[in-house]
Amino acid sequence: MDLQILKKIRVVISLIFMFSIIALYFDLSFTIQSNFSEYPLYLQFIPSLLSFISVGFVAGAGFLIIFFLTLLFGRVYCSTICPLGILQDIITYLRKKRGNIYYSLTKPFTKTRYIVLGITILLLFFGLSIELNLLDPYSSFGRIISNIFRPILILINNIISSLLESFNLYWISPIDFKGINLFSLVFSISFLSLIFWLSYNYGRLYCNSICPVGTFLGLISKFSLFKIAIIESNCIECGECETVCKSSCIESETKYIDSSRCVGCFNCFDVCPSIGISYKPRYEFSKTKEADTNKRNFFKNIGIFVLGSQLVLKAQEKIIEVYKENTTPVIRKSAVSPPGSLSIENFTDHCTACHLCVSSCPTQVLQPSFLEYGILGIMQPRMDYITGFCNYDCTICMDVCPSGAIQSRTSESKKLIQLGKAKFIKENCVVYNQKTDCGACAEHCPTKAVRMELDIEINKKAPVIDEKICVGCGACEYACPTKPYKAIYVEANEVHQIAQKPKEQKLDEVIDLKEEFPF
Amino acid sequence: MDRREFFKRSTVAGIAAYGYLSLGSGLSKFANPKTTNTDIYDLVAIKGGEPELMFDTAIQSLGGMRNFVKKNQTVVIKPNIGWDTIPERAANTNPKLIKQIIKHCFDAGAKEVYVFDNTCDNWKQCYSTSGIEKFAKDAGATVVPGNSESYYQHVNVPKGKKLKEASVHELILESDVFINVPILKSHGGAGLTISMKNLMGVVWDRRYWHRNDLHQCIADYATFRKPDLNIVDAYSVMKRNGPRGVSEADVVSLKSQIISTDMVAADTAAAKLFGMDPAEIDYLSYAEKLNVGTMDLSKLNINRIIL
Repeated sequence: MDLQILKKIRVVISLIFMFSIIALYFDLSFTIQSNFSEYPLYLQFIPSLLSFISVGFVAGAGFLIIFFLTLLFGRVYCSTICPLGILQDIITYLRKKRGNIYYSLTKPFTKTRYIVLGITILLLFFGLSIELNLLDPYSSFGRIISNIFRPILILINNIISSLLESFNLYWISPIDFKGINLFSLVFSISFLSLIFWLSYNYGRLYCNSICPVGTFLGLISKFSLFKIAIIESNCIECGECETVCKSSCIESETKYIDSSRCVGCFNCFDVCPSIGISYKPRYEFSKTKEADTNKRNFFKNIGIFVLGSQLVLKAQEKIIEVYKENTTPVIRKSAVSPPGSLSIENFTDHCTACHLCVSSCPTQVLQPSFLEYGILGIMQPRMDYITGFCNYDCTICMDVCPSGAIQSRTSESKKLIQLGKAKFIKENCVVYNQKTDCGACAEHCPTKAVRMELDIEINKKAPVIDEKICVGCGACEYACPTKPYKAIYVEANEVHQIAQKPKEQKLDEVIDLKEEFPF
Repeated sequence: MDRREFFKRSTVAGIAAYGYLSLGSGLSKFANPKTTNTDIYDLVAIKGGEPELMFDTAIQSLGGMRNFVKKNQTVVIKPNIGWDTIPERAANTNPKLIKQIIKHCFDAGAKEVYVFDNTCDNWKQCYSTSGIEKFAKDAGATVVPGNSESYYQHVNVPKGKKLKEASVHELILESDVFINVPILKSHGGAGLTISMKNLMGVVWDRRYWHRNDLHQCIADYATFRKPDLNIVDAYSVMKRNGPRGVSEADVVSLKSQIISTDMVAADTAAAKLFGMDPAEIDYLSYAEKLNVGTMDLSKLNINRIIL
């Protein structure tokens, strides 16, 4: 059967997927993310899997679709849906523009890829997502866009905006970009460089040696109902298919195709002059045979890794100092996790650090962490009350999160999620220090958990906190003007709690609109 | 006094404008008999109507918007758009009032009318939830962001005691006419927020004010560029939990408006309307000492209108 058209279809679908994901990260108006994000992200394997684990069936069934798709046709996910795979294809495509590159069958990195996959699965059983955090292809792609390209886009936006502004045109609003997290940036640049180098020189080597999703789907592909195979009767042994195979998984001479490494790009269909390569039912052809990995070594390695990482996590649970130099430093026990994340543990277990929430947060309160959650939570977003505070009515991060690390809630129930509690450091406060009025914290508080009450000792109104109605949004901390340390800050709730509703009491004032003015 | 001279000179123009309005423009259909009075008012207080009607009536008693906006001038309107809350919560200036003011500006021949605020909550959400963005755009104004430091220019405040310099939004510095449209409401730190406190939304670094004697800084900044007109929205008034408020239960309906070129006088009158002793609000007396205006309402010619 002539399936040449499949390549063109693959290219079109893949570009739609990639650019719609980029659009989510690039939307500077914060309008499309919350309504649109579920579509391109629903099928992303790891976020969907994690969402399935934490939320349940419908919300996270995307990975099952991929699972069955792979069981039918092999790893087509890798070439059509995975944005990191598509990015590599684009790099390979550009490489070809500069001069031809010929691939040929290589030895698979069997040990490497199964060890990485094994560790990932084992860590997941322990509830640790650090590996996915670093290796999930969708999240890696998201970080590249969020940390490298989005800031560039904002810069361009701001340059255009200021050019227009000099003509008194206010069509494009500038964005005060607050957060470049150095670690996330350096990590993303290094990762992009690695991906660039690998795909420029070796095609899809990353996907076939490191990527745990690729390895897992490759494993399933070995048993897929249909497989790509060389049709001996049609094959004229020109070798074209082998030279265009980015996965280096075809050997035309022996008519061998390694299904576990084939990413279903259909480039071979496209170049074959004689319809000598096509989809075939697997079980009419030949049985697959692949060597088992060295299980004993494998488990030993995993054991050491897990033990080591847990020790590191324990070490990181120590007190984190948020600010330097001072009179009374703000000492927080832990970073504050975003609303809908249920608990810090749930969040760090399910977050893959794709940074979509960071890119879609209108107030920029969500920032990539460094070690605030511990080494295992590296780059996972935290609530940074220095760069912003959580908008009381906003639910965008809950709407966009594809992995279930941040779960969706209605605006009304979100308003009662208590991320943490405001704590007051009296000796840092302007009212007590300077004996002048301030009230910035109470001013910003959406529930009046922080209010100004007369302190008779100094005859000034000073902040008083009602923790029961505090939601931990950080507005008070953000607004607090003291330097270098804040006089009010949010202490994280390890497990998010439900705040009480702020009291509403009708004012019983009788207004007589015909009454004379009091002046 | 500058102000009085200004009023004297503009009275004639005002009468002419009023005549024109009553003939030509639909705005005059709300005309109140009292407004034909040609007295020179320092302050107009009005109550009992919708925001648009009250403004129509009050501005006419000051000789109409043509007294303040000349042909081809640029106007900047500074409402309070501080919070991501709906109009019923009365944390932001009434959008209908803003729309009506913009209409009057264009009727007076304004070339361009800008509206902005340096908001506390996320600016886009504030602009849209408050309804002000939509109402202002409907009336033909340009809604400008106040969220980026790049819009703010460094200025000296020579008469300031504690606030000697500030970064001020370029529109305040460049526009011909500056109209300040605060909403009257309770305020945890400053007691009340009215005209003078509203000007915190035209500067970039508010934290400096909070750190360095809030009341003095408010008074200091008032010496910098005084608004050409202050229109205090007291239609719905947040009586407690201000400035953000918690719910509509914090709001009462006073259906009032106070207009003056003198911020101190407008704020003093508004405080009394609110039911608070102006002497309790330090920034008022500080500003009076800096000659920003007067707290002594008995010296002023006040037009009190009850619809």
